[in-house]
Amino acid sequence: MPIDIDIAHVARLARLGLSDEELSGYQAQLGVILDHAARVQEFDTEGVEPTAHPLSMVNAFRPDEVRPSLDRREVLEQSPAHEDGYFRVPPHLETQ
Amino acid sequence: MSYHSLSDASAALRDGSVTSRELTDAALDRASKTEAELHAYLTLDHDGARQSADAADAAFAAGRDSGPFQGIPVAIKDNLVTRGIETTAASQILAGYIPPYDGTAVARLKAQGAVITGKTNLDEFAMGSSTENSAFGPTRNPWNTNRVPGGSSGGSAVAVAAGSALVGLGSDTGGSIRQPAALCGVVGMKPTYGLVSRYGLIAFASSLDQIGPITRTVEDSVAALETLAGHDPLDATSYRGDVPDFRVGFDDGVAGLTIGVVRQLSGEGFEAGVEAAFRRTVDLLSEAGARVVEVSLPSLDVSLSAYYLIAPAECSANLARFDGVRYGLRHDGPTVEEMMTATRADGFGPEVIRRILLGTYALSAGYYDAFYGQAQKVRTKVIQDFEAAYEQADVLVSPTAPTTAFEVGSKTQEPLSMYLSDICTIPSNLAGDPAISVPVGLDDAGLPIGFQVMAPALGEAVMFRVARAVERAVAFEQRPPMLEVWS
Repeated sequence: MPIDIDIAHVARLARLGLSDEELSGYQAQLGVILDHAARVQEFDTEGVEPTAHPLSMVNAFRPDEVRPSLDRREVLEQSPAHEDGYFRVPPHLETQ
Repeated sequence: MSYHSLSDASAALRDGSVTSRELTDAALDRASKTEAELHAYLTLDHDGARQSADAADAAFAAGRDSGPFQGIPVAIKDNLVTRGIETTAASQILAGYIPPYDGTAVARLKAQGAVITGKTNLDEFAMGSSTENSAFGPTRNPWNTNRVPGGSSGGSAVAVAAGSALVGLGSDTGGSIRQPAALCGVVGMKPTYGLVSRYGLIAFASSLDQIGPITRTVEDSVAALETLAGHDPLDATSYRGDVPDFRVGFDDGVAGLTIGVVRQLSGEGFEAGVEAAFRRTVDLLSEAGARVVEVSLPSLDVSLSAYYLIAPAECSANLARFDGVRYGLRHDGPTVEEMMTATRADGFGPEVIRRILLGTYALSAGYYDAFYGQAQKVRTKVIQDFEAAYEQADVLVSPTAPTTAFEVGSKTQEPLSMYLSDICTIPSNLAGDPAISVPVGLDDAGLPIGFQVMAPALGEAVMFRVARAVERAVAFEQRPPMLEVWS
């Protein structure tokens, strides 16, 4: 049974502006892949803890010392638009 | 003038029989003859390489010796940032990006005086197994240019196999160093997770990614890891303990060691030529005094499914940073969201979009437990299976890939079939363990076959020891016949 995905919702969450044609293509491909991936659900993991990371370390602390960072001018030069030392973006409208 | 390996060239530089400038010109000359057909590189840095070579020669002349990479031509996968050299991860979304810093692995090579020949091709953001998913065109296999080189570090594997670099850096999230090394007849190794800093590696799946070397010999792989490994405060997941001695028992052979053959990594889906070369190599190890046992990794089959949830989930989070604000491509739009959605849809290629969608879905409300959460539990089982196997054997062995190099275009329309080609290499990434691929022969079509040696975390020394024994026993001829055409 192919897994039914609300592909338009997923694309919106991922901030991908895809056409209807592209969306239906990805929906079909993801259905096949997720069918295979769903095999993880049949595997008996009763009482098994999840692993997020192969290292057992919990925290990595360092001294809170001021040190040089990347040069601001060099970093901003790589951006599509910048102004007065800031990245520049189109307006962000909360409501329309 | 050509040298087989880093160690040969390194010795020749020190006895004065060659200069770094000569080595570098030879590598660039080889690139000029082969690149039209192979496309291993996205960027060749002729001027920078020659300047570094001259600096290395000046250092030798002044009696300064900063280490084995001084004066050695090295190719860098284009998902490792290099100060002043365009770095794209083979994606349109980063076209034209000139990083303002070097990644730690690159900085460590440069600190020894390495010569960076250029940046090598990859599957976009390292997502793929054939180097066909590059936004700038595929790389071809030097053993047969109708075949893929494997991936995602296909460009670095081809540069080393074709002689346009002596060492290549790659990254390995599910086999992206080992599988192309196997398909191109060279040595590729993925270190223990955390041993090599990921600072400056454009992140794909942060809990799986590791940087490692592609070389022509096992000895060179050791020398490269000695240069790359070590704690880095700029990577919070960097290993904090002492770096182990990778040379313990290196030339001692396999007598007294127990080699575990992974039962699940044979049979259906594995080509006969691959299985024959694998069995022959295991027999050679047995003749050399190793005890050979069969071991089982019961979760192996489902580990692939878990990987193709975990890696896309992490990728969907990591690639959120490519939004048209700080670097690379931007498509203008009336609002910031429209700018971002247009930029991302246009800048990412289809495989990257596929994985971002897959990961976003697996992490989304209502599906998290059933997919991502369950995959993380399978990951625990994979680790437990490995731990049990390493109670029976010092190392585990398998073919590196179920097949030899496949034809260009043969799997691009079937993502799942491409994913299944990673079955041998993915488990070591899930466990965070080291693994290496060593070439052990050719199939009937004249295509290279790789033999994988896996070891427990920080078990590089025993892994290298077995790999060295394999290399000696097999004496693989590392010369793609196509090189005659180009020389």
